[in-house]
Amino acid sequence: MDVAERLAQLALFADLTPMQVEAIAHSFEESVFQADERVLRRGLSGGNFYVILEGEARVVAGDRVLRTLGRGDFFGEIAALTGETPSADVVAESLLRCLMIPPQELERLLLERPQMMLRLLRMEARRLQTSGEWQA
Amino acid sequence: MAGVAPPFPPGDYDVTVVGSGPGGLQTSYWLRRFGVQHAVLSRDGTPAGMFQRFPIFQRLITWTKPDAPVARTTREYEWYDHNSLLADEPELKALVPGFMDRAFDLPSRSEMEAGIAAFANKAALRVRYGCTWESTRHDGDRVVLATTDGDYSSRAVVFAVGVTKPWFAAVPGLEHGAHYVDAMEPERYADRTVFIVGKRNSGFELAQGLLPWARSIFLASPRPVQTSALALSPLRVRYLHPYDEYARGGPGTYVLDVAIERIDRHANGFRVVANGTTWDGRLVLDVDDVIAATGFQTPMGDLPRIGLVTVNDGRVPALTPFWESVSLPGVYFAGNASQGAKGLAKRGAGASSTAVNGFRYNARVLAQHIAETLNVRTSEQAPIADLGSFLLHELSTAPELWVQKGYLCRVVGRGRTGLVDGGVLPLAHFLDSRDGDAAAASVEVDERGAIVPTIYVRRAGEISEHLLTPHPLHEYSSDVYTKEIEHVLRQLPA
Repeated sequence: MDVAERLAQLALFADLTPMQVEAIAHSFEESVFQADERVLRRGLSGGNFYVILEGEARVVAGDRVLRTLGRGDFFGEIAALTGETPSADVVAESLLRCLMIPPQELERLLLERPQMMLRLLRMEARRLQTSGEWQA
Repeated sequence: MAGVAPPFPPGDYDVTVVGSGPGGLQTSYWLRRFGVQHAVLSRDGTPAGMFQRFPIFQRLITWTKPDAPVARTTREYEWYDHNSLLADEPELKALVPGFMDRAFDLPSRSEMEAGIAAFANKAALRVRYGCTWESTRHDGDRVVLATTDGDYSSRAVVFAVGVTKPWFAAVPGLEHGAHYVDAMEPERYADRTVFIVGKRNSGFELAQGLLPWARSIFLASPRPVQTSALALSPLRVRYLHPYDEYARGGPGTYVLDVAIERIDRHANGFRVVANGTTWDGRLVLDVDDVIAATGFQTPMGDLPRIGLVTVNDGRVPALTPFWESVSLPGVYFAGNASQGAKGLAKRGAGASSTAVNGFRYNARVLAQHIAETLNVRTSEQAPIADLGSFLLHELSTAPELWVQKGYLCRVVGRGRTGLVDGGVLPLAHFLDSRDGDAAAASVEVDERGAIVPTIYVRRAGEISEHLLTPHPLHEYSSDVYTKEIEHVLRQLPA
């Protein structure tokens, strides 16, 4: 399955046309991590926005696991949109495949594709509803 | 050479390297330097085989400046010469500029081939040529390669086989067209309409080469050309005329953001049906030729079958920061395929691992890592008298840091007797290692595209990051920086 096909199955991209999804798949790179490899690092600038295509990740603050993320989930958006550094680590739980969107591209993409922005906002709101702990 | 037995007969080795291009030769050079017993196998008959064919239009896109403010035998000269392989011996350094006729500051591929072959020859690097790797299996903790000459069993294998296998994007009908590799003579395209699928290096190279011949040229892919990225790309030096023409409204050359629905072959050529990705609409074009410039993939043989995980739509192996497969232990990649290790990719920035200038440093770090992993060598840790001035000197002069921005860093750690040089390492490894208190320097690019020297301090497992103020001449030895770095390094316990 190529990246465009994987993206088309995810909620974040559900309102986009196949052409728009294909353009996103061609614009950004995939990244693959081993189990226990760190993807996002607390306190470091320049972190990307990641959408999980395959595998699982955990959000970790010190020794505490705050949350587990799976296919279709995303992370790094708060740091990418605010310019602050992440307040937690995100670590691959298993072999993890992500689409990686650089922070400077995320804002442009969301402004170009407001349907995607709305999806992201809704998913973010749901997260806030279910957990007060999400800060990564 | 009749009568001379080829080196490296089948059998057991600590390491087996596959490939005799710049990646394989550079890895073999450093493995030998670090005392690692190894075999080198190549299906080619001579070193640097790729440069006998590619790039098609004769010239590389990576820079070498034959005359520079520093001598060719210095470490700093590597910064001016992105094409030569690395060596400790002065007579093996900077060999490519010696072959350049200086018609251009980018070597032609025959000049490049001559420079790499001279390195193999002068360094007396042995290769078993004409030996083709056929299949792979694990035998306990050893990796066994079956080849046309027999089996090679080793504790680690380094594949330096390039990213050389033509890759076709998943576009219905694209297989009816030619691939970039088959588009050899530009005069064949005289007075023809050519549709090129792909807007990366090979697409632009092809369009530039056909510009004097073809009647009209279309370059098409879903992704828009990113002018800000192109401004920093090696491509801009050679191949941007077609884009330039289009951007200025010149007729005959068109750079299209489209997803291709299908390509149909008909009696006189092809019909391409495509839909806009950054604009609403549909195009139906009748063209004489379709060429897939959708790039290449690593020739991975049977490795995916035994579990090799890949990235970039299956084109390159997914690798750890030390260029080991994320899924096959003991299987490493050098050369162009080392791009499968993305590192931190801060702000999406990639390492320069797709070209000799970057992967030559990867090869040295990889060879050292393998030597230490196999317990052949422990790293030499030279004492550092003044941590601040050492790191500032590295930030001013280290070609590894300036070429492999954000991927490689210089580390200073604490040894039994005080501060010691921890060498050049992948930054991601440094940040995630629990090896004790240490500092590292790297060169990075910020959100505005400015090049920023960066210091990391690791203390009790916690990392802090410090961005220094960029200097327009890249000189970081003044008192201002000394004070700045002393302040940063105060966090490290004495």
